[in-house]
Amino acid sequence: MGNEEKSLREMPQLLPIEERISTFKEVNLGFTEEQVKKEASRCLQCPKAYCMAGCPANVKIPKFINAIRQGNYKRAIEIICETNSLPAVTGRVCQVEMQCEKACILGRKGIPVSIGLLERFVADIALKRGWKRFACDAFNGKRVAVVGSGPAGLTVAGDLIKLGYEVTVFEALHKPGGVLVYGIPEFRLPKNVVEKEIKTLEDSGVKICTNFCVGKSITLKEIFEEGYDAVFLGIGAGAPVVLDVPGVNLGGIYTANEFLVRTVLMKAYLFPKYDTPIDFGKKVIVIGGGNTAVDSARVAVRMGVEEVKIAYRRSVEDMPARREEILRANEEGVKILQLVNPVRFIGDENNHVIKVELVKNQLTYIDETGRSVPVPIEGSNFYVEGDMVILAIGQKANRVFTQTVPQLKLDKEGYIIVDYEAKTSLERVWAGGDIIRGSATVIQAIGDGKRAAASINKTLMSNNI
Amino acid sequence: MYTIIDKIQLTEGIFKMIIKAPHIAKSWKPGQFVVLMVNEIGERIPLTIVDGNTYEETITLIFQVVGKTTALLASKNVGEQIYSIMGPLGKPSEIKRYGKVALIGGGVGAAEILPQARALKQVGNYVISIVGARSSSKLILVEELKSFCDEVHVCTDDGSYGFKGFVSDALSNLIEEGYRIDYVYAVGPVPMMKAVSKVTFKHKIKTVVSANPIMIDGTGMCGVCRVIVGGEIKFACIDGPDFDAHLLDFDTLESRLKTYIKHERKAFEDFMRCQCHG
Ligand SMILES: Cc1cc2nc3c(=O)[nH]c(=O)nc-3n(C[C@H](O)[C@H](O)[C@H](O)COP(=O)(O)OP(=O)(O)OC[C@H]3O[C@@H](n4cnc5c(N)ncnc54)[C@H](O)[C@@H]3O)c2cc1C
Ligand SMILES: Cc1cc2nc3c(=O)[nH]c(=O)nc-3n(C[C@H](O)[C@H](O)[C@H](O)COP(=O)(O)OP(=O)(O)OC[C@H]3O[C@@H](n4cnc5c(N)ncnc54)[C@H](O)[C@@H]3O)c2cc1C
Ligand code: FES
Repeated sequence: MGNEEKSLREMPQLLPIEERISTFKEVNLGFTEEQVKKEASRCLQCPKAYCMAGCPANVKIPKFINAIRQGNYKRAIEIICETNSLPAVTGRVCQVEMQCEKACILGRKGIPVSIGLLERFVADIALKRGWKRFACDAFNGKRVAVVGSGPAGLTVAGDLIKLGYEVTVFEALHKPGGVLVYGIPEFRLPKNVVEKEIKTLEDSGVKICTNFCVGKSITLKEIFEEGYDAVFLGIGAGAPVVLDVPGVNLGGIYTANEFLVRTVLMKAYLFPKYDTPIDFGKKVIVIGGGNTAVDSARVAVRMGVEEVKIAYRRSVEDMPARREEILRANEEGVKILQLVNPVRFIGDENNHVIKVELVKNQLTYIDETGRSVPVPIEGSNFYVEGDMVILAIGQKANRVFTQTVPQLKLDKEGYIIVDYEAKTSLERVWAGGDIIRGSATVIQAIGDGKRAAASINKTLMSNNI
Repeated sequence: MYTIIDKIQLTEGIFKMIIKAPHIAKSWKPGQFVVLMVNEIGERIPLTIVDGNTYEETITLIFQVVGKTTALLASKNVGEQIYSIMGPLGKPSEIKRYGKVALIGGGVGAAEILPQARALKQVGNYVISIVGARSSSKLILVEELKSFCDEVHVCTDDGSYGFKGFVSDALSNLIEEGYRIDYVYAVGPVPMMKAVSKVTFKHKIKTVVSANPIMIDGTGMCGVCRVIVGGEIKFACIDGPDFDAHLLDFDTLESRLKTYIKHERKAFEDFMRCQCHG
């Protein structure tokens, strides 16, 4: 971020680079109270709040900032929680520059208000002081099962427990949180923040059953037979795309999912204290340009490897990762090779990868997503040495659940089809988050959860089923 | 939650454990497995469900100590808890009437063919099993298999019991002797499954193996369990673990299994050292 920006808006405290690259401690330390006051005072309190429209969960941004200005943090968090159930998470990981802050009027002429960091500040205070964010109505006699404990599922659970429903969340893994615990690394989203958010829900009465893979441990039919009145599917996208190029099954080539599950969830970086191993090379090449790629690269940096390169097929400006994380990755020594595609992975005599053949791309016409399409330049092939490769080229729909319910309508890529109220083709079954939209964002998953919870409530209360 | 109800040592390094896991006991089918974590900082490892008892709400696992996690599991006693067990995972085996079937289990694989034998017998197959071990003292479950199978053939590498040689050789001999076999199911070390596959390919016998790649989540999320089947990438945890042996790329499976060998050895040695020094 430039100096101009620094003079205009408050900048968060950051962990010094030397400390960052040798630990998994949180990098962005957020605002001090003084900074929060200054930053909040920059908000114009627009009557027609573009920022709100820019937020997929429609957080009442001017209103909560106003509460901050009045020093009423408790009120501020209550306002946020009306539409966002995981503010300490979104305050850290939301793609603000693409959403609320992009829409902020101040941003049109200069630098937008740091909405994300203001949200994070009040959310952290609320967690620290253990403020109850909502009261729960008395049990209304209805039971809802939530499948998957990512942001979408947790949102549905939170909203419905408030309204007096009995809510059980089924999670396949041994820890709840979805990508928040198995994907996004500690240095960006400390796991104790996620744990506290989940504890808040459990304290309100949400029951979480881990080690339950719905479709396998219990079928959808059995859930209804057990007396649940509705089911929400928040099962995430969660299946890695494996690049189809020669050599992709060599040793040392990981999908980002495997790499992140090993390091973030199973804590392989603490091997042998934790039992899960990971084999770090000296030169790491990450293929991709999204958050998953940048996170993987930064995890690798922290494992003390010699060099980490990201190879992305379009230009740096087109990288879908959060701007801030790309900046931090650069500071931490990650190099970005832009406009390249892998063509082949080359192994040694032990079938372990030693280098990657890349081809240069040129950008051509603009496609429907508004980005230019990269096309390989013939004969521009070159080699980069690397003994560890991480494939972060996207996610696809996980079939572990959907393959067990053939009646459920899916699109051709395997994502669940829903209507505007998040209803699926099956009676009393709703869905939201990455499993309806492909890899998206935390706040979109929360927005979907809100919509689904409202629709579930409407349906169960009106039909009296 | 997942309490160990019973533990029996079958032979040196192979244990049978009966563990409380009500929902798995209720829904498991032959060919499926669980992913288990002994404690919160443990590794997640896959183990085949050998049996289940709906009434007692228990499942039976039989495992061989090959590294840290299996050694840790073996060190747990009756009454102690397992931190996490998830399942049943994977597609159930295709149990139908094939005619004459041969089930081949190498080493601890003898345990994994037990549920197959029971189910295949129940639907009316003539069931032959061929099990092998290094020597007679290492053989497991021969009596149990005899109770479900029409024939049990035993092989030992050193000839101390039964046929001297590998299970694949025993199978080959049976076929050459004129046995007509309609279906083969094999579980065990990769080289053994590969050898069996070679024999049956020659004789055009439909053969299924239970692929055993490294796994983590077991839900299709991480991709570590990928195997190549007929040139296509498949995830063993959700597309398998049973695959057509004649289409499975055994060499890739074997080389991917070796990825962590250095780490595994270190973890195992450290663990054994701790155990010895208390
Ligand atoms: C590395 C990485 C970094 C990211 N960074 C950001 C970021 O900075 N900002 C941002 O906004 N977004 C980011 N994202 C995207 C964001 O995390 C996802 O969009 C979001 O988590 C989707 O939420 P979800 O609730 O739909 O599913 P998930 O978070 O994927 O959770 C789904 C859960 O369902 C469970 N499940 C699946 N099947 C079953 C079943 N059959 N039975 C029981 N449980 C099941 C899974 O185990 C999982 O826990 C990132 C993603 C990754 C992978
Ligand atoms: C679907 C499936 C079902 C299985 N069922 C059983 C079972 O019923 N009983 C049983 O004893 N084992 C079974 N296995 C193998 C078992 O999962 C491994 O032995 C176990 O993960 C080893 O863990 P460890 O930490 O003790 O050893 P590690 O330290 O992880 O490994 C030690 C040695 O075992 C090898 N190894 C690691 N993982 C596997 C694996 N998945 N398969 C074969 N060798 C491996 C390593 O290459 C290494 O040489 C199964 C595997 C799969 C994929
Ligand atoms: S074990 Fe992770 S995808 Fe199969």
